[in-house]
Amino acid sequence: MTTTENLLPSGLPRIEHLEMRQITKRFPGVLANDHVDFDVRAGEIHALLGENGAGKSTLMKILYGLYQPDEGDIYINGERVAIQSPTDAIRHGIGMIHQHFMLVETVTVAENVALGLRAPHEPLLDLATVSKRIVELADRYGLQVDPGAVIHDLAVGERQRVEIIKALYRGAALLILDEPTAVLTPQEVEDLFQIFRHMAEEGHALIFISHKMDEIFALTDRVTVLRDGRVIGTKQTKETNKRELARMMVGREVLFTREKKPIQPGEVRLKLEHVNVVGKNNLPVLKDISFEVRSGEILGVAGVSGNGQRPLAESIVGLQHIASGHVYIEGKEVTHFPPAEMYKIGLSYIPEERMHDGVIKDFSVADNAILQDHERPPFSRGIFLNFKAIEDHARELVRTFRIKTPGLKTPVKNLSGGNIQKLILARELSRGPRVLIAAQPTRGVDIGATEYIHARLLEQREQGLATLLISEDLDEVKALSDRIMVLYRGEIMGIVEAEKVTIEELGLMMAGEKRLTVETSAS
Amino acid sequence: MTQDLTLAAIIIGILHSGIRLATPYLYASIGEMFAQRSGVLNLGVDGIMLMGAFFGFYSVYQTGNVWVGVLAALVVGALMGLLMSVVSITLQAEQGISGIGLYMFGLGLSSLLFKTVLGTVEGVQGFSEIKFQITPTISLYDIPILGPIFFNHSVLTYGAFLLVPLAVFVLDKTTWGLKIKAAGQNPEAADSLGVNVTVVRYVAVTLGAALAGLAGASLSISLLNIFQENMTNGMGFIAVALVYFGSWRPYGVLAGALLFSTVNALQLWAQVLNLPIPSDVAVMLPYLLTIIALAMPFRRAAQPAALTRPFTRGEN
Repeated sequence: MTTTENLLPSGLPRIEHLEMRQITKRFPGVLANDHVDFDVRAGEIHALLGENGAGKSTLMKILYGLYQPDEGDIYINGERVAIQSPTDAIRHGIGMIHQHFMLVETVTVAENVALGLRAPHEPLLDLATVSKRIVELADRYGLQVDPGAVIHDLAVGERQRVEIIKALYRGAALLILDEPTAVLTPQEVEDLFQIFRHMAEEGHALIFISHKMDEIFALTDRVTVLRDGRVIGTKQTKETNKRELARMMVGREVLFTREKKPIQPGEVRLKLEHVNVVGKNNLPVLKDISFEVRSGEILGVAGVSGNGQRPLAESIVGLQHIASGHVYIEGKEVTHFPPAEMYKIGLSYIPEERMHDGVIKDFSVADNAILQDHERPPFSRGIFLNFKAIEDHARELVRTFRIKTPGLKTPVKNLSGGNIQKLILARELSRGPRVLIAAQPTRGVDIGATEYIHARLLEQREQGLATLLISEDLDEVKALSDRIMVLYRGEIMGIVEAEKVTIEELGLMMAGEKRLTVETSAS
Repeated sequence: MTQDLTLAAIIIGILHSGIRLATPYLYASIGEMFAQRSGVLNLGVDGIMLMGAFFGFYSVYQTGNVWVGVLAALVVGALMGLLMSVVSITLQAEQGISGIGLYMFGLGLSSLLFKTVLGTVEGVQGFSEIKFQITPTISLYDIPILGPIFFNHSVLTYGAFLLVPLAVFVLDKTTWGLKIKAAGQNPEAADSLGVNVTVVRYVAVTLGAALAGLAGASLSISLLNIFQENMTNGMGFIAVALVYFGSWRPYGVLAGALLFSTVNALQLWAQVLNLPIPSDVAVMLPYLLTIIALAMPFRRAAQPAALTRPFTRGEN
């Protein structure tokens, strides 16, 4: 027993204690990490919490050898180590599960695992041996996956398991988990947490990056909060609470539960009838979609990413072709209207891909503020732009929506994600919309901006706006919506009242295992 | 009766030429396929072929040894590939533009060398045809119909066809193939597993360019046994198109190369036989076919996801 005490089930040595001391990293104009101390022990799950841009990812990229620190050292079991590349990190027993999957989609699970490893008979690939070991690891850790499957064909949850196997196969004693739950259903998250807990029990050290408070309390032993590149504090998870952590993250009090005033919904503003949309390869992406959104109502759309949310938004806006069915805005049929027409009759749209569809990132703040309306007075007269009117308008938006920008002529790409999103929100709401489609309005946005965006959406609801809120963040959908519609493989699994439905029920509907229809406020 | 014989002879002739003419396309396209699978579009193939053709020819002209010509073409091709690698991988220049630059460099330099060193079009004794003599009196060439089609080619032609299964083996059965595919599909993933994406791309581009050099030499010391200015006449660009045509798979490239060269042979024979087809139309045929084939949208799906995208660690 004594000889195996310091070994993991895979037979590799544990990392009893890993320390990062006084890590400093500068990028041009930014101090990303400012003398950061961080440590993790075998058997522990240590959360790293912070807003976007707080320096979590930079710190972990340094640990994984993707960046070199300007100052500071890394110690493993008391010994100083140099980690200059991912190869070094892997050799020291450090593995990383990236936020965006690092998988080669066109090859098999086994090939993804074998990539970069020395084969026994170089340069011949030995996939049989690799597959055998994958199955062994899968059995030991409860990570079911078929080594021969091509990544293409795997669901998101399975891909996540492949990532973990990849790290374990390389003998990872310490795993960095960078927001690993972002794309999973609540049930998949629970399965994944079981696996993480099991790994910790086996003696692995885990670093868990997240900004979801509930997950931190469900999973971790300790939590370190970063803000503006500095460590604000490290707490035992048991001895802290949401409110305290949020205050540490943001630097001020944060309102978690915003009062949603009861409102009697008014007339129907947006209505879809039996809408079908066909995607690439002639496969249906939306099947027989019918619903209504009324004035003063927020209809939330929940679902795992890729179950038809994007086609739903884009087909209403006129960016995707509707194969059959009808769309009405305020009783007027608008099916097949081009986007420009939709904007004219009172639709506003916050697209899911902020940088891609929401703004032109090399254009200035002022130019982005009038994208749809640049052909209309007061922003133009004839073929001439009225720069004074444009700047006045942009200045007003920046002021009322508290957008942090060096100036109106600053290219939008130099703003933070939260401020770009505020600019889009400001532009869309200032147009005086009758219907708003908000897709992932707070994805990748920090807590402060999220809080602000939520407040504005609720304020507009009180003023009678009809909102279709598409979000993968269940807490957000539950908190803001009056009713929730769940999409699964392009079908409506049910439209339920937000106050009555539980997260578990939503999870089952998102996984396609349950259909519920409690049609209430409509009709 | 005589007419039947003639027709058989013509068909044999066309098929034989088709196989023969596929030689340079196969070397160049398989080489280019490796570069593209690693994520680098090398549009300079034609220029590399011209350099390979010149140096291959000149070496044989000087030494009389065809294998010295092969070696020279491979080395010159590899050097051109290294140049492309430095510009497009290390310096991260736009790949389409740097490829065109490489093409013009190869075209210009091979013409200049031709004018200063040779001056006029000369011939050499290149590779001869192998007829697979089994006994002094029997050879595979004597097999009716099949013999004259398949067993009357030079070593370089056989080599070009053997390269196809070899390429499949390298891509699918070796760690190197896996690294190349990963570098072209998701370089960030490869990098995160300790694969040196830069090295993999250098090797793939350089190897591909060496094969392009050999493709050029196959013209100047095997098929034609002469060198003249711009003798490839755009073949290198067709070779790039064939990679797209073949959906980045060796057997697809083979099918494309054979189709293209056979239609080309057909066109040559149509001119030789004085068939009532305007020669301009006939010459146009293979190119027209390439355009039609490339316009088929489904081929896009197989394109390496990171093709033409430079890789820098930590950016995503």
